Amino acid sequence: MNQGRCECGDKPQGDSTQATEQSARVTGTLNTTITWRDVLGGWGVRWGFRRMRYLIAPGLYRIGQPDSNSPVLVTANYKLTVDAVRRSLIGLNVWMLVLDTKGVNVWCAAGKGTFGTKELVRRIEVTNLANFVQHRRLVLPQLGAVGVAAHDVKNATGFFVHYGPVRAADISAYLAAGMRATPAMRRVTFDWKDRLTVAPMEIAGAFKPTLIIIATLALVDIIRHHRVTSHLAIDVAPFLAAVLTGGLLVPLLLPWLPSRSFALKGAVTGLLLAALLLLFLPMRIAEGAGTILLVLAITTYMAMVFTGATTFTSLAGVRVEVRWALPLILVSAGAGAILRVAGVLI
Amino acid sequence: MRYLLNGHSLNLVPELCNGCCRCEEVCPHGVFSLVQRKAEIVNRDGCMECGACRMNCATNAISVISGVGCAQLVINSMRRKNGAGVPCECK
Ligand code: SF4
Ligand code: SF4
Repeated sequence: MNQGRCECGDKPQGDSTQATEQSARVTGTLNTTITWRDVLGGWGVRWGFRRMRYLIAPGLYRIGQPDSNSPVLVTANYKLTVDAVRRSLIGLNVWMLVLDTKGVNVWCAAGKGTFGTKELVRRIEVTNLANFVQHRRLVLPQLGAVGVAAHDVKNATGFFVHYGPVRAADISAYLAAGMRATPAMRRVTFDWKDRLTVAPMEIAGAFKPTLIIIATLALVDIIRHHRVTSHLAIDVAPFLAAVLTGGLLVPLLLPWLPSRSFALKGAVTGLLLAALLLLFLPMRIAEGAGTILLVLAITTYMAMVFTGATTFTSLAGVRVEVRWALPLILVSAGAGAILRVAGVLI
Repeated sequence: MRYLLNGHSLNLVPELCNGCCRCEEVCPHGVFSLVQRKAEIVNRDGCMECGACRMNCATNAISVISGVGCAQLVINSMRRKNGAGVPCECK
């Protein structure tokens, strides 16, 4: 599959450095050990805590003891991304050029253009990279290609862009093979581990709406009984189940759920949940209908929004899906809310 | 896994292709393959229209209407009058 791949040249370009030696400065050294703090912090970020502060200063970093022949890896300044890269570089001596992506990961930043040609060219100039290495080669994460035009970088800076593997874990194998990626290194996958990693963010995103639902149910309880009763737990259960279904179960079962449409996948799973709820939770008709409509709206919406976390959904497809599913979701949620509240109060 | 409408807007003009391999290199879904030094679309259905190939094709042989396939982003931009330039809150 790889035959015919061209080895485009990276002839050293002598004195292409206009910058002065003095202004050249390395931002710092990173080591390759991941501490428990990094791990805990990583969990925190995925669940949505302190996300804004999880970035590191852009610039040129040393990993190990790189010299003027060591490879230059380019990455985003989202700390989890940097962590993933440095963890994969144990025992290697490389330069790491960290771009200013405002603390956003490579894939999302490239989509927005912050991991892009302009920032890369600028960062190469600001850090005087050309003074630190003799060669003119950069290794970029493959997913950064959405924002970077390799030929423009070459024209502007003389540096030739090699797109490395998709996953940080493959970097050392890629470097060891002389900057050659196997076809498998070039493919994005989305296995259950990947899906599980992004699920917490989806659930955290549903935090506020869930609180609103719980507050409303508590209010209804108070109006009826003049106090919060233990029945509230049973009232709340279907909605918590719906959030977990939309945010965790749908992502996990994604490949096996019917239809290519995420909204439909969510609706199908929501229907199954609804059937279970009807079986195990005795509800009056209006109350039950309202609950089911709300549950369906929640699972369908959350499944649809999960398109954003995947690596194979196209904008055109998402537009189609949002156009037909969103009105249905809104109607279902509205009618559900009215039935649910009215069913109890009347 | 496959998705709706994948690869619909992807287009390749073989006459402009210089065989540089960049499209094959950057595509995360193996959509392109080089056959006798010319790019070919071999897996259109896998294309998520990310735009990486067009971005890195120096001869403009590739066109694709690209964007981020994220429902939240689409909804956010529908809520504003002039959809463009809506920031996404994801990381
Ligand atoms: S990137 Fe463009 S020129 Fe290069 S092989 Fe692909 S289509 Fe041809
Ligand atoms: S738009 Fe993205 S997924 Fe589609 S062919 Fe180009 S690089 Fe591959």
